[in-house]
Amino acid sequence: MLLAIDTSTGTSVAVVDRDRATGELRCLAETGTDDTMRHAEVIGGFIRDALAASGIDRRELSGVAAGMGPGPFTGLRVGIAAAHAFALGIDRPFVPVVSHDAIALSRYTAGDDGPLQVVTDARRREFAVSEYDGLDADGLPVRVDGPVLVPRDEVPASRGIRFDATVVSAGAIGMLAELAFAAGRLPLAADAPIYLRAPDVTPSVGKKVLR
Amino acid sequence: MNRDAPLILGIETSCDETGVGIVRGTTLLANTIASSMDEHARYGGIVPEVAARAHLEALGPTIRAALAEASVTLDELDAVAVTSGPGLAGALMVGVGAAKALALSLDVPIYAVNHLVGHVGADLLDTTAPLETPTVALLVSGGHTSLLLVRDLVSDVELLGETIDDAAGEAFDKVARLLGLRYPGGPEIDRAAIGGDPRAIRFPRGLTQPKDLVAHRYDFSFSGLKTAVARWVEQREAAGEPVPLADVAASFREAVVDVLVSKAVAACTDLGVPRLLLGGGVVANARLREVAVERADAAGIALRIPPRSLCTDNGAMIAALGAQLMMAGHPPSTVDFGADSTLPATEIQMAASVA
Ligand SMILES: [Zn+2]
Repeated sequence: MLLAIDTSTGTSVAVVDRDRATGELRCLAETGTDDTMRHAEVIGGFIRDALAASGIDRRELSGVAAGMGPGPFTGLRVGIAAAHAFALGIDRPFVPVVSHDAIALSRYTAGDDGPLQVVTDARRREFAVSEYDGLDADGLPVRVDGPVLVPRDEVPASRGIRFDATVVSAGAIGMLAELAFAAGRLPLAADAPIYLRAPDVTPSVGKKVLR
Repeated sequence: MNRDAPLILGIETSCDETGVGIVRGTTLLANTIASSMDEHARYGGIVPEVAARAHLEALGPTIRAALAEASVTLDELDAVAVTSGPGLAGALMVGVGAAKALALSLDVPIYAVNHLVGHVGADLLDTTAPLETPTVALLVSGGHTSLLLVRDLVSDVELLGETIDDAAGEAFDKVARLLGLRYPGGPEIDRAAIGGDPRAIRFPRGLTQPKDLVAHRYDFSFSGLKTAVARWVEQREAAGEPVPLADVAASFREAVVDVLVSKAVAACTDLGVPRLLLGGGVVANARLREVAVERADAAGIALRIPPRSLCTDNGAMIAALGAQLMMAGHPPSTVDFGADSTLPATEIQMAASVA
């Protein structure tokens, strides 16, 4: 049983479980908003509400999964920081997941198949793009390229379906983590936010008058 | 839960220091800090995105280190406290997100507190003499320059004045840069000022003219001073004369220190409050402490300066303020607060739940 958090677009929090006998994945609770400006405000209430709605005690969780992006940095960090802290608090592992993979899983389980291009807004007239080729034997999406940043008018033609996502489901983040755990394939991603962009800085133009 | 001496973990991420402190009532158990200062040095100043990235990386390890230093475990905590403002928005949000999740994971209350008032709270830690109120507090760092009147730490703080442009620490950084010195500017200016004459050049004291004092009696301004130093240096160079670095550094520093201490002492005298507390990273400046001691003595003002490790931004001061709120029976914050980059000093705690 996992708590899952994603703030790569809006804010999404879920509790998911995988039945050990049947392998069935269940989302016990999911709550969130597509508001991209209020991650810090809403994250606590959503965690509290998702746990309450799932009816489970936080000590029953076996880990905390988080979407590592890509996504706009300020909001993205809120979810990762929260997931890390919650994992620390319950002394369970932190499970990083690529947010685009969760979008792909959602599409494939909803009935899409074949090549899939996942596109999300990266601001500054750029998109973040990942390419997938269906699900593998463990039920995990096969990412064949990305995520990478591409100017908005230069997104390559999709080999199959192009899907422009505005939300990432924490339920899907949690399910990916459960599937990977069951298949012995953790870690799925590095424990580092997927920024895809160096920090914006104005290097100092130090005027050296005396040295 | 122990209301007499609660065990509180405080998280501070308002600027470039990732601070985690643990206190039991007014007893300091841990004060762990990870700084991204070295990364900012490359850019000659604090870059908000660099600071926020560093906070995210450092927070988990810093919490673990603080727990080890305090020899306590998370399940012993009575509450979590966090800086919710003022500060850099993106940096604050890392701490706010983590603190909320940590409190929920432990099922303990959370206190969202004011960074500036936290600086005053630092003075309660590890001291035998309790903080007496009312007191005037002068808080000076690279991010803020504020003069507060603290009638009661947990319920009555008034903002007397603040900088209307650059923070004092920022002025040190900018002047250091134009003198060809490195970042951070405070220690560099101090080094350069050795042997210099603080009265060699009369640099302007911002907002001290009678006409300014009407509207800005306790406010500060350092951008004019920075410009004056730049102009003075340029004129020297244009005239082909050498620039006396030690004198420029000493005179600049004297102008900053003079105006800071003058206004703080004036506030004490005007308001009949014979107590002055210093806080913030710039308090590490030896000349500031020296002049403050001199003039406070002369004016019969009791001066308090917390140890340096509690003056710079840290999580212990945030934990200390959280502990004071809890000990005074203030209800915790709800989990719905955000980061408020311009949180006024009067707002000691954010989103207090209705008792
Ligand atoms: Zn500060």
